[in-house]
Amino acid sequence: MLSRTAENLFWMARHIERAENTARILDVAHRSSLIPLDLEGAEAYLWYAPLNITGCAAGYEEKHGLARAREVTRYMALDPDNPSSIYSCLRCARENARSVRGAITSEMWEVINSTWLEVNRLARDFDEQNYSDFFEWVKERSHLFRGVTLGTIIKDISLSFIRLGTFLERADNSARILDVKYHILLPSVHDVGGAADYYQWGSLLRSVSAFEAYRKIYRDVISPLKVAELFILRDDMPRSLHACFNEIETSLAHINGASGYEVRRLAGEMHANLHFGRIEDVFARGLHEYLTDFLDSMDVLGREIRDAYLSRRQDLFDVSLSKVA
Amino acid sequence: MKNQNAPAYFDEMRSGSDGIRPVYQRYADWLKDLPDGTLHRKEQEAELLFRRLGITFAVYGESDGGERLIPFDVVPRIFGAAEWRRLEAGIVQRVKALNAFLHDIYHGQEIMRAGIVDARQITGNAGFRPEMMGVDLPNQVYAQIAGIDLVRVSENEFYVLEDNLRTPSGVSYMLENRRTMMRLFPDLFAQQIVEPVEHYPLMLLDTLRESAPANVLDPVIAVLTPGAYNSAYFEHAFLASQMGVELVEGQDLFVENRRVFMHTTEGPRPVHVIYRRVDDDFLDPLVFRPDSVLGVPGLLEAYISGNVSLINGVGTGVADDKSTYLHVPEMIEFYLGEKPILSNVPTYRLGLPDDLKYVLEHLPELVVKEVQGSGGYGMLVGPTSSTAEIEAYRQRILSDPSNFIAQPTLALSTCPTLVEQGVAPRHVDLRPFVLSGKEVRLVPGGLTRVALREGSLVVNSSQGGGTKDTWVLED
Repeated sequence: MLSRTAENLFWMARHIERAENTARILDVAHRSSLIPLDLEGAEAYLWYAPLNITGCAAGYEEKHGLARAREVTRYMALDPDNPSSIYSCLRCARENARSVRGAITSEMWEVINSTWLEVNRLARDFDEQNYSDFFEWVKERSHLFRGVTLGTIIKDISLSFIRLGTFLERADNSARILDVKYHILLPSVHDVGGAADYYQWGSLLRSVSAFEAYRKIYRDVISPLKVAELFILRDDMPRSLHACFNEIETSLAHINGASGYEVRRLAGEMHANLHFGRIEDVFARGLHEYLTDFLDSMDVLGREIRDAYLSRRQDLFDVSLSKVA
Repeated sequence: MKNQNAPAYFDEMRSGSDGIRPVYQRYADWLKDLPDGTLHRKEQEAELLFRRLGITFAVYGESDGGERLIPFDVVPRIFGAAEWRRLEAGIVQRVKALNAFLHDIYHGQEIMRAGIVDARQITGNAGFRPEMMGVDLPNQVYAQIAGIDLVRVSENEFYVLEDNLRTPSGVSYMLENRRTMMRLFPDLFAQQIVEPVEHYPLMLLDTLRESAPANVLDPVIAVLTPGAYNSAYFEHAFLASQMGVELVEGQDLFVENRRVFMHTTEGPRPVHVIYRRVDDDFLDPLVFRPDSVLGVPGLLEAYISGNVSLINGVGTGVADDKSTYLHVPEMIEFYLGEKPILSNVPTYRLGLPDDLKYVLEHLPELVVKEVQGSGGYGMLVGPTSSTAEIEAYRQRILSDPSNFIAQPTLALSTCPTLVEQGVAPRHVDLRPFVLSGKEVRLVPGGLTRVALREGSLVVNSSQGGGTKDTWVLED
């Protein structure tokens, strides 16, 4: 497959997944803001979280200053100047798809294209009161995209690069949500098991659609340790780091190729750590430190993937060139 | 202002006050019984289909730089089998002669020595590529894909307006228009047999395979596009996917040891045939425009060495130049020993003093074009232009007369077309797409372009023209 095609497929999927995750993060922020928080500057406190998770706090502050519900929502959902807004992600996904029209099915193209056309319409008549409809819509479009992809595309390496993009983005996002939210929640946990606590942790679980999963698996009150375990180590929770790495490793095995040795080694190592890790050890080291290391490894993995498969630097190919010529 | 001597236009559907020409009879009967508003509803449906599929084109110079749809007209343009066969023979003859001409001017230059074409006109032409002298191409074909623009002025009279031999576009619209018509009006296709055009991509693939370097048995083929922001990008992507070949950009290719490779996830892979939709000037920054980022350094050398085929060949621009156009009828006699089946439009060359004098005196009646312009940009249509526009254009001509040609305003035929008020005649032209590999062939039909504004004779999509499905009925 053309490296440029692989690159566009990979980023198309990442952008769709990112749009969905941003919608989830904002939805949860809104839910959390409904719960009274007895704190000076509570609004700013709560609304920095979504900005921090998605790494766009600096851009926001420059434009709007203090974090406020309305401005943060607008900035992260629909601001074309914010490169990681939902709007921008959907535009980029569509540009990626347009660049590889021939490599995706027409159904996939139609979903991405009509999502883009529709978000433009929604951006014009966005109603602050109905933001949750909008977030639902974004999630649905992402579900639809994944469903259409699995239902129509040939199972060759095109699909592998799409899956790789989806699950790298998802793992990255789950790690960030947990890291930031945990940071915010822990200091306010005076009474573990209290009502406010229950709602806050509940909203974190809801952000990854894992509230019901938690109850099913643990049949217990919500405890930070178990939430972390669910986010990181349980591979039956589809947005956990472990589950994402199951998919990442499978995709990389399909892609194979001579140049991907380091990619496969690193992904295998990260997968093994998740597979055999224990939540007690994670906490013994410190959750924040653990997640920081994880995100650093994700960066390295992303770079290795780019160099091995997506780059068009001729010098990387000189070795294998002699074989074909 | 209407021209006082407005010619009587040939109406392709109607003759006389209420007569219907035989090829349109069934369609007219069907149309008569159609409930009011049906066509307009179908038109909206079509627009939705096109937008959802992303069949768009970019218009250069538009401030929003956005993508637009080419208006699609739901009324088909219909030919009978017999008239099509005659047209087809004329088109094939013309393309054969043009390819023979290209081979000749890059080899023996017989036609120049015979005094039919002035040598300076060829070698001094911007489209002439001295690098191509003596280069032998597979099948001796230079323009594997040609778009011949035709207009009809009466029952049996067709004129060739232009030969497009560089990177003619529009074939994806021919195919999508047919697909859309079949989806919108299945009943129409059930009541008469319309000759199919859907196999064009397969014929194109065959042609590309036949054009591979001689020693390559199983050629790897790619379509080279300038990228997603090119006005015809949709078509590039469409054709690549219809043929099942890679769609590449310049950045995906590199040349090593005079061979072309593409960057893939498994390392470099050789490429043997490139259907390039990038102009000569941008193909290779080492030889042509050094600032081009669309091309591939070293591509021309690989091509001239015979390791890769570029489709169309390099240097075809010299043959679709408007000053070369004048000589095509002579080429047909010179190379094929045949009488031309299709005529040229009578053309004045403003580099000649007599022609210039006549044209300047008759500007309001004439169409004036730049010798190397294309796409309807920068032309003057006398009868529909204001006095001020004509005077402004006169100054442009005077600054460099030999850069212009002029032709009488042709009485382009009209075709029934859906407009706001209902179905009304609008002027049309036709671009069939001709493929030349080991043989010359075309699918029955082509792209009909229609000037949607009442009375307008400019059909170019960049000037507000639309397109129609073109039918050739089986006997």
